[in-house]
Amino acid sequence: MSKFLPLWPDRASTIAGQVDALYIYLVLVSAVMTLLIFVAVAVLAIKYRRRPGVLPHPIEGSPILEIGWSVIPFGVMLTFFIWGAVIYFKERTPPTSSTEVYVVAKQWMWKIEHMEGQREINELHVPVGQNVKLVMTSQDVIHSFFIPAFRLKQDVVPGRYNTLWFKATSPGVYHLFCAEYCGTSHSGMIGNVVVMSPQDYSQWMSGGPSVPLPEAGKQLFNSLGCATCHRFDVQGRGPNLQGAFGKPVLLEDGRTVVADDNYVRESILNPTAKIVAGFKPVMPTFQGLVTDEQLNALVAYVKSLAQQPAGGAQNQAAASTAGQPQTKQVQ
Amino acid sequence: MASAAIPAKPTNYLTNGFTIKSWLLTTDHKRIAILYLISITLFFFLGGFFAMLIRLELLTPQGDLLHADTYNKVFTMHGMIMVFFFLVPVVPAVLGNFLVPLMIGAKDLAFPRINLLSWYLYVGGGLLFLHCMLNGGVDTGWTFYTPFSTLTNTNFIEAGLAIFLAGFSSIFTGLNFIVTIHRMRAPGLTWSRLPLFIWAHYATSLVMILGTPVIAITIVLVAVERLFHLGIFDPKLGGDPLLFQHLFWFYSHPAVYIMILPSMGIMSELITAFSHKRIFGYKFVALSSIAIAVFGFLVWAHHMFVTGMSLYAAMVFSFLSFLVGVPSAIKVFNWTATLYRGSITYATPMLYAFGFIGLFTIGGLTGLFLATLGIDVHVTDTYFVVAHFHYIMVGGQVMGFLGGMHFWWPKISGRMYPEGWAKLSALLVFVGFNLTFFPQFILGYMGMPRRYWQYPPEFQVLNVLSTAGASILAVGYLLPMVYFAWSLRYGPIAEANPWNAAGLEWKTASPPPTFNFDETPVVTWEAYNYDEIEPKELEAPVER
Amino acid sequence: MEQQKNTASLGMWLFLVTEIMFFGGLFCAYLIYRLMYFPAFGAASQTLDIKLGAFNTAVLLISSVTVVLSVRAAQDGNRKQLVTYLVLTVLLGLTFLGVKAIEYKEKFETHHVPGPTFHFDKPFDDNGKEIPVDPQHAQLFFSLYFAMTGMHALHMIIGCGLFTVLTVLAWKGHYTPGYYTPIENAGLYWHLVDIIWIYLFPLLYLISRHS
Repeated sequence: MSKFLPLWPDRASTIAGQVDALYIYLVLVSAVMTLLIFVAVAVLAIKYRRRPGVLPHPIEGSPILEIGWSVIPFGVMLTFFIWGAVIYFKERTPPTSSTEVYVVAKQWMWKIEHMEGQREINELHVPVGQNVKLVMTSQDVIHSFFIPAFRLKQDVVPGRYNTLWFKATSPGVYHLFCAEYCGTSHSGMIGNVVVMSPQDYSQWMSGGPSVPLPEAGKQLFNSLGCATCHRFDVQGRGPNLQGAFGKPVLLEDGRTVVADDNYVRESILNPTAKIVAGFKPVMPTFQGLVTDEQLNALVAYVKSLAQQPAGGAQNQAAASTAGQPQTKQVQ
Repeated sequence: MASAAIPAKPTNYLTNGFTIKSWLLTTDHKRIAILYLISITLFFFLGGFFAMLIRLELLTPQGDLLHADTYNKVFTMHGMIMVFFFLVPVVPAVLGNFLVPLMIGAKDLAFPRINLLSWYLYVGGGLLFLHCMLNGGVDTGWTFYTPFSTLTNTNFIEAGLAIFLAGFSSIFTGLNFIVTIHRMRAPGLTWSRLPLFIWAHYATSLVMILGTPVIAITIVLVAVERLFHLGIFDPKLGGDPLLFQHLFWFYSHPAVYIMILPSMGIMSELITAFSHKRIFGYKFVALSSIAIAVFGFLVWAHHMFVTGMSLYAAMVFSFLSFLVGVPSAIKVFNWTATLYRGSITYATPMLYAFGFIGLFTIGGLTGLFLATLGIDVHVTDTYFVVAHFHYIMVGGQVMGFLGGMHFWWPKISGRMYPEGWAKLSALLVFVGFNLTFFPQFILGYMGMPRRYWQYPPEFQVLNVLSTAGASILAVGYLLPMVYFAWSLRYGPIAEANPWNAAGLEWKTASPPPTFNFDETPVVTWEAYNYDEIEPKELEAPVER
Repeated sequence: MEQQKNTASLGMWLFLVTEIMFFGGLFCAYLIYRLMYFPAFGAASQTLDIKLGAFNTAVLLISSVTVVLSVRAAQDGNRKQLVTYLVLTVLLGLTFLGVKAIEYKEKFETHHVPGPTFHFDKPFDDNGKEIPVDPQHAQLFFSLYFAMTGMHALHMIIGCGLFTVLTVLAWKGHYTPGYYTPIENAGLYWHLVDIIWIYLFPLLYLISRHS
């Protein structure tokens, strides 16, 4: 692309090329359509200009033509829709084996936390060729995490987690922009996504002190008193969280939900919203008592409990469902 | 008919009373239209002034003209004024108010006093907004998303109340039009004989009365949250910020159809008049207006594809958004087909009509880019969207409005505008517009986000082109102000039907008498009966 | 005249549609939050006085009857009856507002008015155990309660004003069997405000009464 007047940014993710291909297809179809209309109007306007003695010819219309030029364009639009929906589906379905990185947006900076504990401000280092999933929330107003080179963006909303996944294809430094107006320094809330080769990345990772996020979460779990109810040895007042993450949960009101990031976050901030079946609504709320970073750490910790093998009778409970006091099978 | 030679000129609506009271307490729909014209034009230039500040700031990558907070207020004001105080009311309240009774052979609208009330609500809202501006303004963006708008320390409630009042102005106008069109058509004027301008205003009015109350209550809820710290939208207080977006867009998406349907109605009048033949596919064009109004209510969440909404809901909204593009496409094809075997002249209104067809086509096609999920993720919240909506609203609605103003100027004022200057302005508008907004499509795809006060240097060239275009566009808009005013005193006096156009409004004097028609017309002909009307001779003899 | 009557009617119906859209947004917000925070909304709802709410519902229903009867009286040209029913309607409307004032006062005294003075005591279940309910969510219920009933009350006040004006004009003999359009249209407005209450009452007062 001409450096003087580029038409699109660098392509640095697996999805970028697909998005560009779809874009070029739409540009071509639109250009053809536009040209057709411009030419038709110009030709007709000149050919049928008023000439003395030549009367206009009244035409009612033509239902066949109307149907034709409704159905055919709609058919073409359907190709846009399907191709676009396929790409969107891929963008919204992170692969299961993704490295997770937590992002907390605040006016006016991006705070990034890797699972291993590294923290960054306004910069995100990622390895090339690996699936990375960002788990994002905002501390204040709505922001939006936008990486033009990846052709991706996702709003970052306070009060919930949104995710954005990608696989970078080309080492380099790429723009990171905030794309949802958020006040004074909205246009200053910019940074870089630094894509590195695997060796450079592990070198970068090992530099600097850090407590892995799940470890920080474990410390909070104990210091905030979660462990007194959510025990792993005997059945406590709260569900046993061993192996609970990612599994379906039967709730008091009969619904079944999946214990994902948002569920864990909600259960900490609004415990009475989705109470597990068989348990009483006695958990106090931690709204206002934990920061977003601490929430991220706690969620990361609960997630890590899914991977640890647990020994003994607890295993039965863990394997069947999250936190049923009796070993009942869940539907 | 008014003629300079006759000593005793009959009164028309303009000469029927010269006191201020006769204007400010009028119930004549034509005078109310003029009152609106003046107040809306003032707001247009205010909004345009803010646009100029934006484009000047964006000449350089650094934020060096305005402070960041000021810039944020400037683009907010630009958006709020242009959307709520210009684009929504301009065609219905000016041309609609003037022409709807004339076109259906009625003496006035169904509720003339409510019409006057509508104007006062508009003015009240406008004054309140000016007051808010002078007191520091608002910095939320015209979309005032929560929780930013519930937390900002600028005076949102005043701006919100101003928009609330303007909204009720809109609702009453729509109500008036619907009842008028249903109940006050002249004998013989069946629905299928109505001018398409009327169909378009009917469809617009449906959207106005059904959609506007929803933004009214949304504004009330934000105000209540700000005043009493109730957690409706702020998650820290237990609320949901996305609920706001659903409520907001439930009105604001149909609102964009309020901002284009009336000009589409104008288009049907201009193309038929200047091709001197009936519209191609009348029924299809009429029903398309209704279809756009109805389907327009089903697509709001296409503004929310990257909010984390349900993937499957997103697909439904994407599909519906394509569907709503079909009736618009039908109209463009029908207008183009109307040219076929017509007898075409190139007066200024027709030039604006040609411009509309071209620019609306581009704007509409780029809407398809945004409906396409995979592309929207990349270009939403960037200058691509800004370019898209300016193509429709400025390249569409404003061009249509200018075309209509030129077409009906003789009817409204009794004078002709100077054709040479008018054609020059039309050209400046077209060139200036494209130069301003086409580069923004590229900027958007390159990744420049919206509402940026400063930007990375690689975006500068396109921004400079855009600002250059804006300066040309500004001239194109200022010229008509000058020559329309000039024409009031020095323009040639117009006949009743200077264009030999079809339509009941041309069967009465220019300007019309206060009660429109000397006798109620009885309609026995189809719309656009150009085969029964002589085309006008060419203005200048053809050189051979 | 027939055309003018129909025209005015159509205008009023259209205006009522806009009112429905206006309240619709509020109802939508209420329903969503009720789903999200059911226990808190249930507990908060139970602090409303169902007897007063039911009484008010009956008052409004009767007032709609008096409105219909007033239209009938106008049709028959019976000025005395017309004035009587109009006055009754206003009185019933004022009764409604009076009861509402009593309810609002009670809410004020129990610190259920959202804002800095808000305080919500956690309710108890049948076993006497405290039910943990987030006071923030209870406050949200009350804010929607005040917004919805407040907006409704505002419309009632406007309605009472309208009907008072009609009463005076009717007493002066303004309305005949040939012209009673304002009575009819004001009646339509009153019926709509009544219907809105019919929805408000169960949504706000009755959600968790089974326990």
